[in-house]
Amino acid sequence: MEIFAKLGYDMTRLWSAYWVKYLGGMGSTLVLALVATLIGCVIGLACGILNTIPVARQDSAPKRFGLKLVRALVRIYVEVFRGTPMVLQAVFIYYGLPYFTNNSMRFDNIWAAAILIVSINTGAYMAESVRGGILSIDPGQTEGAKAIGMTHFQTMTSVILPQALRNIMPQIGNNFIINVKDTSVMFIIGFTEFFAFHRYITGVNNLYFPSAAIEMIGYLTMTLIASFLLRWIEKLMDGSDSYKLVQADALTMAAGTYRHPKKVEDTLERNLEQERRM
Amino acid sequence: MAEPIIAVRHLSKSFGANVVLRDIDFTVSSGDVTTVIGPSGSGKSTLLRCINLLETPTSGSVIFHDQDVTGRGVDPAAYRSKVGMVFQSFNLFSNMTVLDNCTVGQRKVLKKDAETARKNAIRYLEQVGMAPYINARPRQLSGGQKQRVAIARALAMEPEVLLFDEPTSALDPEMVGEVLSVMRDLARGGMTMIVVTHEMAFARDVSNHVVFMADGVIAEEGLPGELFQDPKNPRTREFLARFREN
Repeated sequence: MEIFAKLGYDMTRLWSAYWVKYLGGMGSTLVLALVATLIGCVIGLACGILNTIPVARQDSAPKRFGLKLVRALVRIYVEVFRGTPMVLQAVFIYYGLPYFTNNSMRFDNIWAAAILIVSINTGAYMAESVRGGILSIDPGQTEGAKAIGMTHFQTMTSVILPQALRNIMPQIGNNFIINVKDTSVMFIIGFTEFFAFHRYITGVNNLYFPSAAIEMIGYLTMTLIASFLLRWIEKLMDGSDSYKLVQADALTMAAGTYRHPKKVEDTLERNLEQERRM
Repeated sequence: MAEPIIAVRHLSKSFGANVVLRDIDFTVSSGDVTTVIGPSGSGKSTLLRCINLLETPTSGSVIFHDQDVTGRGVDPAAYRSKVGMVFQSFNLFSNMTVLDNCTVGQRKVLKKDAETARKNAIRYLEQVGMAPYINARPRQLSGGQKQRVAIARALAMEPEVLLFDEPTSALDPEMVGEVLSVMRDLARGGMTMIVVTHEMAFARDVSNHVVFMADGVIAEEGLPGELFQDPKNPRTREFLARFREN
């Protein structure tokens, strides 16, 4: 018991001395994870569209070659950035660029560097999630869209990806929560997020374990709130279970606003009016 | 003589070594209602999908007005926007309401403004009796209702020809009637239609041209009166006899 009392006492002391730094770190972590996950989703969706461009037999040779090249490039991107640790990607992008370009290319803004690295990494995972999402959609949806003359891009953006996005929401949530935790490796390029402050704070005192406990609670709080919000977003995406019938209202007719509904056009007008009132 | 809209010329289709269609040849003129009948697996649906270029024919051509749409340099999307298709499994966009299903093509493909598209969509939904349901989502509708919305979605594109791929085969028996009556009205209104169906009464009473397919070839074709009263081909006779027994 005593040991917990002491831990609680130390944690309170740490928190009251450094709460501004802890909260600021949580803020940076959340902003980085959120922005990078969103950009990662956009990268993933773009890869999904590129990967599914149909190749027909009557297409010209350069077009077929181009499409194959695009697919190969997407594949290489996914395999490389999914297959190497983010901490090393950070080193290669942040320190490697100036090293290989003789300092002509380097990051002056640590936020831009961190967002770029985490986004590219998330994008590689999202590309595969989006692929899975597209596979989960009934091919009939694509045929329905093609049959009314939609192009590949229109089919993807209007019909397939909105449905795929709904199906991969749990995966996007996964990625976001992983990003909240894994952005801690950005200390390697000097980005100060939640975990970086733990290293800084425990550097000036020896309260290592109480600070780690604060970190634990902090990370768990962020991820729990994130899961709750993600579930809520999924519910919103599902939309309402019921619908309203748009039907002629006898009272509207009796008010003398309209002539007798002898023609289809009249009924149409009536329905539009009804809609506007609701 | 009405102007030919679609001419299928020597069309063949094989999937690998499996030959599904062999040297199919027929013409559909403006205002024609052509029904394609025949046993399951005879290639009826594949023929329809080839006409709409959802499948690429192995050889032969599909002529739309004077243009060979199977040739190089033809934009299949532009062609499909003029040839509507109604599927056995409806294929309504499940992420959209009934109204959006009927306006998305008009807005994205025909580039109509939202208000025009909306008015147009409601007009066609009125025609199939689904206007009160504009706010519903496909999952909230019955099969017959879905198919009527699918017909309205195709009509909203104002196509020159409508293709129906067994539109009533996935429906409960009591819903077949509502869909067939919509199709009957369309035919009466002069819509050019190619209908793959197992509804023999529809083929006999509504169409003016019947194509009987068996094993990937056209075994017999002609006026419905002649083909149903006095089939020449023994396979046609056998096929129709099975329906008379029921």
